[in-house]
Amino acid sequence: MVSVRRSTVIEAPIEAVWEILRDFNGHDRWHPAVRRSHLDGGKRTDQVSAVRNFELTAGEHLREQLLSMSDADHSFQYAIVESDIPLQNYIAEVSLRPVTDGNRTFWSWTSKFETPKGREQELAKLVAEGVYEAGFEAVRTRLTKSRPLSQQSFKSSQQSMAAANSAAISGMAVGINRYGGPEELHPIEVRAEAPGPGEVRLRQTAIGVNYIDVYCRSGYFDLLKPPGVPGMEAVGIVESVGEGVRHLSPGQRVGYACPPVGAYASVRTMWADLVIPIPDDIDDVKAAAGLLKGMAAEFLLHRVHQVKKGDNVLVYAPAGGIGRILCQWANSIGATVIGATSSEEKARIARAAGAHHVVLPGPQSLEEQVMKITKGHGADVIYDAVGKDSFDHSVAALATCGHLISFGQASGDIGARDISSLASKSATVSRPNFGHYTDTRKKVIGITNRLFDAIKRHIISIEVGQQYPLSRAADAHRALEGRETTGSSVLIPDDYQKGK
Amino acid sequence: MPSVYTSTVIPAPADRVWSVIRDFNALPDWTPFVVDSRIEEGLPSDKIGCVRAFRLKDGGFIREKLLALSDFDYSFSYAILESPMGVENYVSTVKLIPITDGGHTFAEWSAEFDCAPDRERELINHIGTNVFLGGLTSLKSRIGG
Repeated sequence: MVSVRRSTVIEAPIEAVWEILRDFNGHDRWHPAVRRSHLDGGKRTDQVSAVRNFELTAGEHLREQLLSMSDADHSFQYAIVESDIPLQNYIAEVSLRPVTDGNRTFWSWTSKFETPKGREQELAKLVAEGVYEAGFEAVRTRLTKSRPLSQQSFKSSQQSMAAANSAAISGMAVGINRYGGPEELHPIEVRAEAPGPGEVRLRQTAIGVNYIDVYCRSGYFDLLKPPGVPGMEAVGIVESVGEGVRHLSPGQRVGYACPPVGAYASVRTMWADLVIPIPDDIDDVKAAAGLLKGMAAEFLLHRVHQVKKGDNVLVYAPAGGIGRILCQWANSIGATVIGATSSEEKARIARAAGAHHVVLPGPQSLEEQVMKITKGHGADVIYDAVGKDSFDHSVAALATCGHLISFGQASGDIGARDISSLASKSATVSRPNFGHYTDTRKKVIGITNRLFDAIKRHIISIEVGQQYPLSRAADAHRALEGRETTGSSVLIPDDYQKGK
Repeated sequence: MPSVYTSTVIPAPADRVWSVIRDFNALPDWTPFVVDSRIEEGLPSDKIGCVRAFRLKDGGFIREKLLALSDFDYSFSYAILESPMGVENYVSTVKLIPITDGGHTFAEWSAEFDCAPDRERELINHIGTNVFLGGLTSLKSRIGG
């Protein structure tokens, strides 16, 4: 007997979700796997014993019978009575429960069935992902309304909608012809091709600026080969989707933080897998400012290391984009947060973000200060993106069995190190890479669910310090490299600005 | 019969949440309103039928009997034997359900009871808000984001 259980939380009241699910014969209207549904003659859609006939998008047919339905419990059960897919003795239950502290809905979809020998895993996966998870996404999409601001920009593009689905649409981007300084960034005209299988075409409304964009522009990283367009994260509206894309639909407000580069553009066609819906209560600019940094903070605090209550956590650059979020989040977990920074002004920002202590350059070394604060214990976990200049101090500041997480090299490459020196503390050193924690849709959803929840509950806040027209991306880079920025910088496509 | 239902999402795996609440004698560890608790007759706290006796911060004294406990379903039910609330036939259930999409936990706390008709509204509000929501919120912060 195979048992499948899947569940999710939908950001909508239970009545809205139940209205969609309760129509036993209406699942073809929302489920991407169902092309057509009709009932055997004479029965109603909410009549227990009714049999629905499905024709699936993939071509198979199946017949399912309604076994029970309860408006009081928001649930129904059904069984497969006949099927081209070998699912035997299949009984499933869909059940909703209200999340009373937020007007959301918990949705569980479970089943038990038998399969031909050896096909258990394959068919369990089909049911879990192809039916239940795909169903969750489709209902979520249906109930996620676009925000008025974004809808405007979508409407302004609708004149060309009919043609747009098949033809390329034009827009502007900012790119480089060769590696170099900010002056190499200049506006160009681009065409976003109609999305192919698995792709989505976006009209972008806000683009996040990250330090990695500077590295791509200067040639320090080779993620971008000139001529090309930098940028790793943006928010926008789905203009159209290619074949097989079921988790997105036109008009939906979405965002992404992932390679390949190319986000500095007003229109973009890209692989749809890692593009995700943005919750209504997080606006475009804030989402573009916080997606990449927030996702990084999430996996640094919860996956690379699981920070616990009472841990001593040392955060370098605590006033920076990721550093601020790390301080806020670690503080809310109940850790003792120590920020390591360079000026009293940044120390103030770090304290406001939740750092209990701040260490500044002075007569005492960083490790001496950390040991004093922690009464000789040392830091249980250290978040260090400084690199070359900080590495040895970080090792010295670690507690026994401490964990040094090196996630950047602002001061230069760390170079070769002798790992036997770590034995004096049984220390662990990690060098996580954003890409490895965020390269599948499942990982991205797990990370962003926790991130969006933390934003909603005000555990972390995303600070948008600067906004620039996309055509002036060079100014944004100059300010970032000149350390003149506070919080995140966001680029707004020029035609979108005018459209407002 | 009046009933109360409160639920929330806790951003941690169900195993972890369950490890905090499974101990029937652990209310002081995760609720803000219980100051001390003991299991009568020295019984183990997962023995069905054991009785916990605890004192509230405001001085009230309560005795509750464990009716059911399931590690498989992450749930337990209990009945009130003695309390200052003025309820009868009070049976309450706490249940966790893993949210497979994201690895968090759906937590619900519900109860049914009898009481004087004119106190129904007040008791539903008190139990739903002060006891259940207060307890779940403090459990959430105990577990951490």
